[in-house]
Amino acid sequence: MIFGLAKALENIGLLGLNRRNAEYTLRCNPRHLYPLVDDKLRTKRLALNAGIAVPELYGVVEIERQIRDLPLLLKQFQDFVVKPAQGTGGDGILIISGRSREMYRTSNGLLMDQGEMDYHVSSILSGMYSLGGHPDKALIEYQVKFDPLFEAISYQGVPDIRIIVFLGVPVMSMVRLPTRMSDGKANLHQGAIGAGIDIATGTTLTAVWRNDIVTEHPDTGNRVTGIKIPSWEALLELASRCYKLTGLGYQGVDIVLDKDKGPLILEMNARPGLNIQIANRAGLFPRLKMVEENHKNLTDVTERVAFAQQYFRA
Amino acid sequence: MSKRHLYVLALSLTVVGLCIFFYKALVLRFPWAPGRISDIWNVEARISFAARNEPVKASLFIPRSTRRFAIVNENFISQGYGITTVTEDGNRQAVWSIRKAKGQQTLYYQVVVRRAEAKEPPPPSKQPGIENPGFEEPSLTAAKSLIAEVRARSADVDTMARELVKHLNKPQPDDNVALLLGKGPSALKKAEVAVQILAQAGIPGRVVHGTRLREYQRDAPLIHLLEVYDKDRWQCYDPITGEPGIPHDYLPWWRGTQPLVRLQGGDKLHITLSVSLNQEAAIIAVIESGQMKKPFLVDFSLFSLPIQAQAVYRILLLVPVGAFLLVVLRNVIGIKTFGTFMPVLIALAFRETQLLWGIVLFSSLVALGLSIRFYLEHLKLLLVPRLASVLFVVVLLMSALSVLTHKLGLERGLSVALFPMVILTMTIERMSIVWEERGASEALQQGLGSLLVASLAYLVMTIDYVEHLAFIFPELLLVLLAGTLLLGRYSGYRLLELHRFKVLAQGKQ
Repeated sequence: MIFGLAKALENIGLLGLNRRNAEYTLRCNPRHLYPLVDDKLRTKRLALNAGIAVPELYGVVEIERQIRDLPLLLKQFQDFVVKPAQGTGGDGILIISGRSREMYRTSNGLLMDQGEMDYHVSSILSGMYSLGGHPDKALIEYQVKFDPLFEAISYQGVPDIRIIVFLGVPVMSMVRLPTRMSDGKANLHQGAIGAGIDIATGTTLTAVWRNDIVTEHPDTGNRVTGIKIPSWEALLELASRCYKLTGLGYQGVDIVLDKDKGPLILEMNARPGLNIQIANRAGLFPRLKMVEENHKNLTDVTERVAFAQQYFRA
Repeated sequence: MSKRHLYVLALSLTVVGLCIFFYKALVLRFPWAPGRISDIWNVEARISFAARNEPVKASLFIPRSTRRFAIVNENFISQGYGITTVTEDGNRQAVWSIRKAKGQQTLYYQVVVRRAEAKEPPPPSKQPGIENPGFEEPSLTAAKSLIAEVRARSADVDTMARELVKHLNKPQPDDNVALLLGKGPSALKKAEVAVQILAQAGIPGRVVHGTRLREYQRDAPLIHLLEVYDKDRWQCYDPITGEPGIPHDYLPWWRGTQPLVRLQGGDKLHITLSVSLNQEAAIIAVIESGQMKKPFLVDFSLFSLPIQAQAVYRILLLVPVGAFLLVVLRNVIGIKTFGTFMPVLIALAFRETQLLWGIVLFSSLVALGLSIRFYLEHLKLLLVPRLASVLFVVVLLMSALSVLTHKLGLERGLSVALFPMVILTMTIERMSIVWEERGASEALQQGLGSLLVASLAYLVMTIDYVEHLAFIFPELLLVLLAGTLLLGRYSGYRLLELHRFKVLAQGKQ
């Protein structure tokens, strides 16, 4: 029975963690490039230099001493996001959507005073949320005003679009929708749902919620399938350009759709998760093999995107 | 290309490992299986002290051949000391002496003993003299009334000796016994007092000191027995139970009231005795019987190390075995654990605590530590001071648990001190972070995963065969290394992934 299951999963080309690590991340992502994506401050600067839109950086807190000046910096902004520069999996991200007198109001309606804010920033600096507990920096940036496109199927927070890019070719994609369980965060392991997106058309498919397939948002009850993302091709091109930007052969690119500023690159991930396969009900492995066989013939972003749209139809 | 390289490397490691293994097992006939393969033991006494920069004289009582054990070989190891052995009142002594010594000194006495066939009962010995027991009032009266009581309840010397031991070991000793023994008497004290009382009653007696020859003991305790002269022979009794006879694995070192080591010209005397079953001797005996030269492989094996170091390597060589198991459980099965090697270190601690106690102690320590860590969370401490505080708490909890379990009479609880406390601290810290970030179920899942892996590693690492093979044939670790390297390129599914992606397989059918 176990072997039957393994066989069935192999037939649909499921990519397992061991294979992802051994044959893709370890082989295609040179270790020295990791800091480019692990440190969101560097990613941001890299993207800006290449003329790629990112959420505006309001400020950086690098040392404990700067926390004293934090209230002054934050005073100018009604809403903002505090995140660790080297955080993993969305841990330590604080979304402030407004204020109530001296207090900060988080995206899920809780109030925080200045002391709690300071402690949170201090925890970030001490490396509580960073890989391996290294000392870290705290970024304060623009809070994305998300496009109403996904409003009916997300619960607070910002839905984002994850595109897996292999050697410059977008191979699989999903939109991650926050739920009550994920506390407004768009991370699957925190309970957000991920709806697959047809690479060819930019239309949403069924979704994955904690290893199960769903068709409706667990909180709003609206259908997550069949939503067409506007200017999908532009998004694919944006993602494809990130290959040149970082040099990572296998990466996940996270994009948000801002109401006013259009698509913004949120971050890139050198070890993107595997649940995207459940959202798309398809395995990554055959697509990756296909890209590997053909990528030499694809010379620029347009060709890569065209290749993806031609072959990776849902 | 890199894959072929890996296969070649793994193959050559396997071939080298297996070749040495088969050579040792088939040609040199090293024992495959654990167990009592010889009746030869290495016994070692290590004496260390700080010399005062003046003449030093250290005398150590050493065993002599008896009916049960024959001395095969003796070694006295020291730097610059003169060494003599003397026999006095049936006791052998080694005396190390030097005109001037300074700083830390270490002397070794090593002896190889072989079990001899115990033949007929021992030959009769001369009637020994009786030393004046030297009782003074009020002890004298107490001794006399105790003798009267014991004599009234016995028929001959044998029953009297047993009755006396029984009296000395009553759970609630009467006033006489309490006066004679003092507070909290040791087995040695009981044996000595018994000798004095017997002397008072006109019966010759003496105390024997020795060790028991077990398979492996790094810190072998001295065992004291009571000997009583009866019908031309010395008869032996256990000073606690009163059982007559000598345990079959008992090697006597000396008799009398003197200490094992007497030292002049030094301080901070420290003595350790260690015992090990001598597998090398068995192996060499095999080799000699085949008229072979002592091969290089034996000369440069772990057997050439001192016994204490050998005991350490017996454990260290198991760590790679645990690590291999961990690789399988994490990369093939997909169990999540806290920290990469934490479970192996916990498994090592389990070896001392035993499994059930280990799990109980580990879980309670982590649970208590975690609750205090949650409290610390409110204080909003910075990372390093917070970690240090958790470390404080862990150490204090460990000592508190030891005291508590000791008071409850659960001696196993003392072994909690063997848990690696820094690892425990990190486990608590990571568990609390996972708890906050990913929720209690994820934290408990990983915690249970760690405990499961640790228990499995413990079970594997305590299999006699595994321990034996790792120590006698360490080259087999090369084969395990080859397996680990191959697993490093294993790109198949993890067992738990099948469960995670199950829904995909159903969707397509």
